[in-house]
Amino acid sequence: MKFDHIIIRYGEISTKKRNRKSFVAKMRRHILWSLKDIPNVELTANRERMYIILHDADHKEVIARLQGVFGIQSLSPALKVERDIEKIKEAALYYMNQLSDPVHTFKITTKRADKEFPYVTNEVNHLLGGHLLRNIEGLKVDVKNPDFNLLVEIRREAVYLTGETVPGAGGLPYGSSGKAMLMLSGGIDSPVAGYLSMKRGLEVEAIHFYSPPFTSERSRQKVLDLAAKLAEVTGSFKVHIVPFTDIQVLIQQQVPANYSMTTTRRLMLRLADQIREKNHALAIITGESLGQVASQTMSSMFAINEVTNTPILRPLITMDKLEIIDLAQQLDTFEISNLPYEDCCTVFTPASPKTQPKREKVNYYESFVEFEPLIEKAIQNIETITVVPNQQTIEKEMEGLF
Amino acid sequence: MIYLDNSATTKPYPEVIESFVKVSTDYFGNPSSLHGIGTQAEKLLSTARKQIADLLKVKSAEVFFTSGGTEGNNLAIKGAALANQNRGKHIITTSIEHPSVMEAFQVLSEQGFAVTYLPVDATGRVSVVDLEKALREDTILVSIMHVNNEVGSIQPIAEIGELLKQYPQILFHVDHVQGIGKVDLSLIDAGIDLCTISGHKLHGLKGTGVLYIRQGVRIAPLFSGGNQEGQFRSGTENVAGIVALAKAMRISLNNCVLYAHKLKEIRTVFYHGLQEIDGVQVNSPVDGAPHIINFSVPGLKSEVLLHELETEGVYVSTTSACSSKKRTASKTVLEMYRNQERAESVIRISTSFHNEIEEAKQAIDAIGRAVAKLEKVMR
Repeated sequence: MKFDHIIIRYGEISTKKRNRKSFVAKMRRHILWSLKDIPNVELTANRERMYIILHDADHKEVIARLQGVFGIQSLSPALKVERDIEKIKEAALYYMNQLSDPVHTFKITTKRADKEFPYVTNEVNHLLGGHLLRNIEGLKVDVKNPDFNLLVEIRREAVYLTGETVPGAGGLPYGSSGKAMLMLSGGIDSPVAGYLSMKRGLEVEAIHFYSPPFTSERSRQKVLDLAAKLAEVTGSFKVHIVPFTDIQVLIQQQVPANYSMTTTRRLMLRLADQIREKNHALAIITGESLGQVASQTMSSMFAINEVTNTPILRPLITMDKLEIIDLAQQLDTFEISNLPYEDCCTVFTPASPKTQPKREKVNYYESFVEFEPLIEKAIQNIETITVVPNQQTIEKEMEGLF
Repeated sequence: MIYLDNSATTKPYPEVIESFVKVSTDYFGNPSSLHGIGTQAEKLLSTARKQIADLLKVKSAEVFFTSGGTEGNNLAIKGAALANQNRGKHIITTSIEHPSVMEAFQVLSEQGFAVTYLPVDATGRVSVVDLEKALREDTILVSIMHVNNEVGSIQPIAEIGELLKQYPQILFHVDHVQGIGKVDLSLIDAGIDLCTISGHKLHGLKGTGVLYIRQGVRIAPLFSGGNQEGQFRSGTENVAGIVALAKAMRISLNNCVLYAHKLKEIRTVFYHGLQEIDGVQVNSPVDGAPHIINFSVPGLKSEVLLHELETEGVYVSTTSACSSKKRTASKTVLEMYRNQERAESVIRISTSFHNEIEEAKQAIDAIGRAVAKLEKVMR
C-alpha cells in the first residue's frame, strides 16, 4: 500500500484574481526547490490546486518539506488502488490506521465518477463503513459531525482515497510581495521578524552592523548562523555586513551619553535605507516590540523614524517577549540567539538611555557632527555574504577534518 | 593477526588519527578563549557537534561530549537520579548491564535509592511486561542497555520507549555503546531521554564519547568547574578527540550500511562453526547483534583458551574486557543459563566491518584445534 499523490490547496491566493498566475508560479518554484533532492516527484497544477505525484517517494517526507512552503493552506495525501472492492476496503483501513490524530467518529463520502463501477455510491459507503467498524475498535459513524471524513473517488483508471488534511504554513508565496531589508542584530527578535515577513510573501535580505573590536568575530558568526536558519526557507539568504565602528566611535565622542542610543539607531536606519535603495527593496523590517527596551518606546520610535519615510515593518510590534521566544524556539533560532556574545546593540548602551527622546534635541546634537563621509565610507565597505542552509562555515583547510 | 575483540576496542581509522594530529597541531586553542585561535577551536567543536547531531538525527544542543562510555553512563544515571530525587527515589535497570551502569546503581543504592534489577530470559532479553510491573509511583529513571556487551543480546528498546512514553516523569537512559553502528536505533522514535555513546568502539579514539541529553531534561553534573558543555560537563573540551569522533562516527555509520550484510554473514559462519565443535556451547542468542558471538567450553578455563588462541594469532576476549581482570564468571551468561560452570568458561568474539569471512573460517579452525588440544591436556 503506498500513497500516490498529495493534494495541495492554495491559501489566500485563491482570493486573488488577475495576479493569481504569478502567485502560483512563485509558489511552484518554492515547492520545486523544497523537493529538489527527492527524485522522481512530479508537480502538476490547475487553477484550484496542485498535485504532487509521488512515484515511490516517501509521502511523510514530502509533506514535511511542503509544510515549509508559504502560500499552502493545507495538504492531503491520497492513496491509489485498483478498482477491486476488497482492495478498496483494505486501503480504507490502511488510511484510517495511519492517521496521526485518534479518530472516534467517521463518515465516508464516495464520488462515483465512473458510473460503470459495479457498486453504487451507497453500497460502497456501506461496504467500506462496515469493514472499518469491524476492524477498528471503538469507532462510530457520525454523518453530521465526524472526526474524519474519508473521501473515496471512483474513476475509470483507479480509485483514490483521501481525507486527511494536514495544515500548511499559510501566508503568501515567497517573493510575491516584493523585497525588504531586515535589520538583523543577532538577538532573539529580528530572526523571527524576518521569518514572519517571508511568510507574508516578502523576499528578505539582512543588514548587520559590525563593530570590531567592540563586537567579536563570534557575534558576526552568530548572525551568519541565524541567517543560515532563515536560509532554510528558500535555500539561500543574503546578509549585508556594514562596518559600523567608526560611526559608533564618533557618536560616543560627539553626542551626550543619554542620547547616543537614539542617534545610533537613527544612523543605522539611515544606512539601512541607503542599502535598501541600492538593492531595490521597498521596506525595512525590524524586530521591534513596543516598549521592550529604551529604543522601542513610542517616543524613541517617533524620534528614530524621523530619518526616513520608507515603510518600516515591525511584525513583532504588539507581541510579548514570551510569544516571540515561543516563535524563536519553533524556528530553532532561539538557541543561537541566546549565545552570550556582545553584539552591536549591547556594547555601547549607556547606563541610562533616554526612553522619551525629543526630535528637536536629537537633531540639535547631531547638527554639530559631520556623519556623511563616514556613512559613505561604510556603504562602500559593505561585505555581502550569501548564506546557505546548514552551511559549513569552516574554512577550506578545516574541511578534510570531518 | 585476526583481531576479534572489537567490543573491547576498535582500531582507529587512519583518517581519524590524521584529523586528531592535525587538530592537535594546527588548532590547539581552547574553545573558550575569546581570541581567533580559540574561535577556530570553537568552530571545530560546533561543527563536530552539528555533524554528530545530524548523524544521530537529533539537535546540536542535545549532544554533549564526555570522555567515553563510563563517564557517559555515570553522568546520565547519577546526574538524572540526583537532579530528580525530590520526585522519587526508585530507579530501574537490568541484571546484565555494563559495570559502569551496575556500579553507578550500586552507589545510588548506598545513597538511599531503591533499585530494581530486571531479570533476563535465556535469550538475554528483559521483558517489557516485567518492566511495567516494576514501575512505581516514585520511579524516576529506567536505564537499559541496547546491545549487551558480553553476549550481544538486543533489548527491546523501542517497545520499552513506547511504554515509558506513558510515564513522562520517568527518564529513559540507554547505554548504546555496543549498539551504535551495528544495530539501528532511533533516539527520537524510542523516546530516549539520555543515551551513552563511546568513541573508541566506533574506530575513534579512547577518551572520547557523547552523551545525548534530550532537550528539556535536567541532570546534575558530576564535575564542578568552568561549566563547559552546557554546564553538564566541566573541563576543557578535547577538541582534537571530538573532531576525530565526528569523523569516526560518520565513517562507521556509513560502513554500517555498506557492510551490514558481511557482518551478518561472518556471524552466521561463527554461529554454525562453533556449534559443530565438540564441547562448545554458544551463549549468544540466534537473533543477537551481528558483531558479538559468545560461547563457553565448560570445564575449560577461558583464560587458557584465550592464550592458546593467541599463539595462533587469534585475539578474543574472556567476558567483557572491563571486568576480565577480575577473573569472575560472566554475569550475563550466568543470568541467562543459571549455570556456574558455563559462566566461568566464557569466550567472546566481537567483529567489526573490517573482518573478513575467511578470517572467521580460520578462527573457527583455530578454536577447534585449541579446544581439542586443551581438552586432552586438562582432563
